[in-house]
Amino acid sequence: MNRRGFLKHASLAGAAAIATPAVAEPQSPAARGAAPATPIMSAAAETATPPEAEILTTDRTGSDFMVDVLKAIGLDYICANPGSSFRGIHESVINYGGNERPELITCCHEESSVAMGHGYAKVEGKPLGVFAHGTVGLQHAAMAIYNAWCDRVPVYVMLGNQLDATLRRPGAEWAHSVQDAAAMVRDFTKWDDTPMSLPHFAESALRAYKIAMTPPMAPVVLVLNAELQEQPLGTDVRLAIPKLAIPAPPEGDSRAVAEVARLLVAAEHPVIVADRYARTPAAMAHLVELAETVQAGVISLGGRLNFPTRHPLNVSQARAIADADLILALEVNDLWGVVNTFRDQLHRSSRPLTRPGTKVISITSGDLYLKANYQDFQRFAEVDLALAADAEATLPSLVDAVKRTATADRRRVFESRGAKLAEATSAALDRARLEASYAWDASPVSTARLCAELWGQIRNEDWALVNGTAGWAPRLWSFDKPYQFIGGSGGAGVGYGAPAAVGAALAHKRHGRLAVNIQTDGDLMYAPGVLWTAAHHRIPLLSVMHNNRAYHQELMHVQKMCNRHSRGVDRGRIGSELVDPFIDYAKVAQGLGLHAEGPITDPKDVGPAIARAVATVKRGEPALVDVVCQPR
Amino acid sequence: MTSMRAALVAAAAMTLTVAVHTQSPSPAQPAAAAPPGDAERGKALFVKNGCYQCHNYEGHGGAAGARIAPNPLPFRAFVAYVRAPRGDMPPYTATVMAEQDLADVYAYLRSRPRPADVSRIPLLAR
Repeated sequence: MNRRGFLKHASLAGAAAIATPAVAEPQSPAARGAAPATPIMSAAAETATPPEAEILTTDRTGSDFMVDVLKAIGLDYICANPGSSFRGIHESVINYGGNERPELITCCHEESSVAMGHGYAKVEGKPLGVFAHGTVGLQHAAMAIYNAWCDRVPVYVMLGNQLDATLRRPGAEWAHSVQDAAAMVRDFTKWDDTPMSLPHFAESALRAYKIAMTPPMAPVVLVLNAELQEQPLGTDVRLAIPKLAIPAPPEGDSRAVAEVARLLVAAEHPVIVADRYARTPAAMAHLVELAETVQAGVISLGGRLNFPTRHPLNVSQARAIADADLILALEVNDLWGVVNTFRDQLHRSSRPLTRPGTKVISITSGDLYLKANYQDFQRFAEVDLALAADAEATLPSLVDAVKRTATADRRRVFESRGAKLAEATSAALDRARLEASYAWDASPVSTARLCAELWGQIRNEDWALVNGTAGWAPRLWSFDKPYQFIGGSGGAGVGYGAPAAVGAALAHKRHGRLAVNIQTDGDLMYAPGVLWTAAHHRIPLLSVMHNNRAYHQELMHVQKMCNRHSRGVDRGRIGSELVDPFIDYAKVAQGLGLHAEGPITDPKDVGPAIARAVATVKRGEPALVDVVCQPR
Repeated sequence: MTSMRAALVAAAAMTLTVAVHTQSPSPAQPAAAAPPGDAERGKALFVKNGCYQCHNYEGHGGAAGARIAPNPLPFRAFVAYVRAPRGDMPPYTATVMAEQDLADVYAYLRSRPRPADVSRIPLLAR
């Protein structure tokens, strides 16, 4: 008997109970206590219509259709820690869907599921799916969703929930049910819905995908009612999946673009600042073309890989802001922080970094969508011209406008400026090499040595850095391909690194790239189980640990408080260190199925250990090298 | 994790510091004016009082703090900066680090080895 049949019978029984005179028939002693007698077959019993058989199986369910929809959307993977509230669609993915596109990825924590999706999307340019309980799973996932929100990355979250209280199993299913599942993350997701029918699901599933993929991108949530997943679906039922068209990203207004071009061409010291600008592989080429056309210096803040690190116009390591007379900010989240400096002492203070009269132009889709509660939007920045548009989509028309505007005289100025900038960037690289040479043989290993040793092992591979920089990678390595770096967590929520690296490595796997993760120790301890996920699903990832045996950022904050109060300066490490005992990350990783070596304290041992790990990764497996490092 | 943004800020800070370091000591504050210090004790103080947290154990600097070894500021400027930093560095009052403590730390910083010629480090080749 299916649910509708059950409900029909239940209501009939109820009606009968009301209609029937309330006369209780006394039960016979036999009926009260005796075992049921073996039925005596008779001609009447054999020829009578048998009672309705309870139907306990079905060939097709609502969640099968949901999988059809997810396939139509193009989700390649679903990351999930299993949960009974989405058991219906879990089974449909692996059986009805054949566990292919989407393929289920087994995760040990919902934060890992979402952070994997975060890293994956920044490489692949589209989201993967996440299944989670609407209650206990979402609470685990919330931090990672917040990071993705801050980082403007699409993650497609689907929550299981049992809305109908009369159908919940006693016990845990009540604790796992909620009236409004998405409410908890509504402040930091772009859209959510709780579909009440399968056609409703199809429309909302596509709407959610469109919204997630339209700049500014962000996570979305769909609540999958358990009844909707598990309801039998007749084989004759035909359900339609609407057409999916992803909106073209919003370009800047043509008159405003022309004005930006005019100002850029006229400026004597223009600086382009890019943060979460690069969404697609084409973005870097557009920015290079713009910068080279006007010979402007470019600062890449690191939200994405926007510009080649060794390009002669890359002034990221120089004090270019102070000299600028025009700043063009592309998808810069904290523009105020770019043009001001902040001093964190007993009395907090700030001052402008720019000289008077410097013009500031902003192109960002961040101006198109903002929420109030969480304050990741940063301090209000004064600008002279603001384009509420996607910067990457706007760049081609800006390049064209600049080329139309530049005169021969201005082009000669550009050439002269470019030559000076090239000299400055070359000198900056030499300074970086010199600085890296200090404490070269120190133990613990310097972070510069760590990065140099790692660079020596990967530079001839098709590599991509999927997490961490140890401060030195952008200064010492040559990043010149758009996929070689994906930025950080966005929300500075620790615990992003390891799972985002695994998710990004999953995306790189199909391209045959060597995914490299500079893994900090405190971050790994949030949910190290994601290493098992990498081993289980044969996700090749090289993790080299920047292990400073502390939550070091916080350690420095507490030290500041100790100093400010002139007390306990030697006690600032309490509560922030990861010592006594030291964590043996190699053993942790080995226990989770990885090739792992360490802890390494002698810098001479770092290179050979990484070489062995690279060999393992090139065979298609994850590997980890634990290096005990200087703090920063 | 240290982001590229942090690296950028640190680079700017280091640039400032390098500029200061390369100044010639003024006649009134020659490096030789540093009082005698115990480098071994200074090393212990450098760790105990948390200096290593931003400047690393060798004083070679990093993403969070400037390089201060092996050629720190002239001693009086060094003390003045530690007592009243102009940037984000936490101040160290005489209550928590006496002048002799700073002299010992100073001796430790000056005892740090100078790096090898970069051209002799193949991993740092361009």
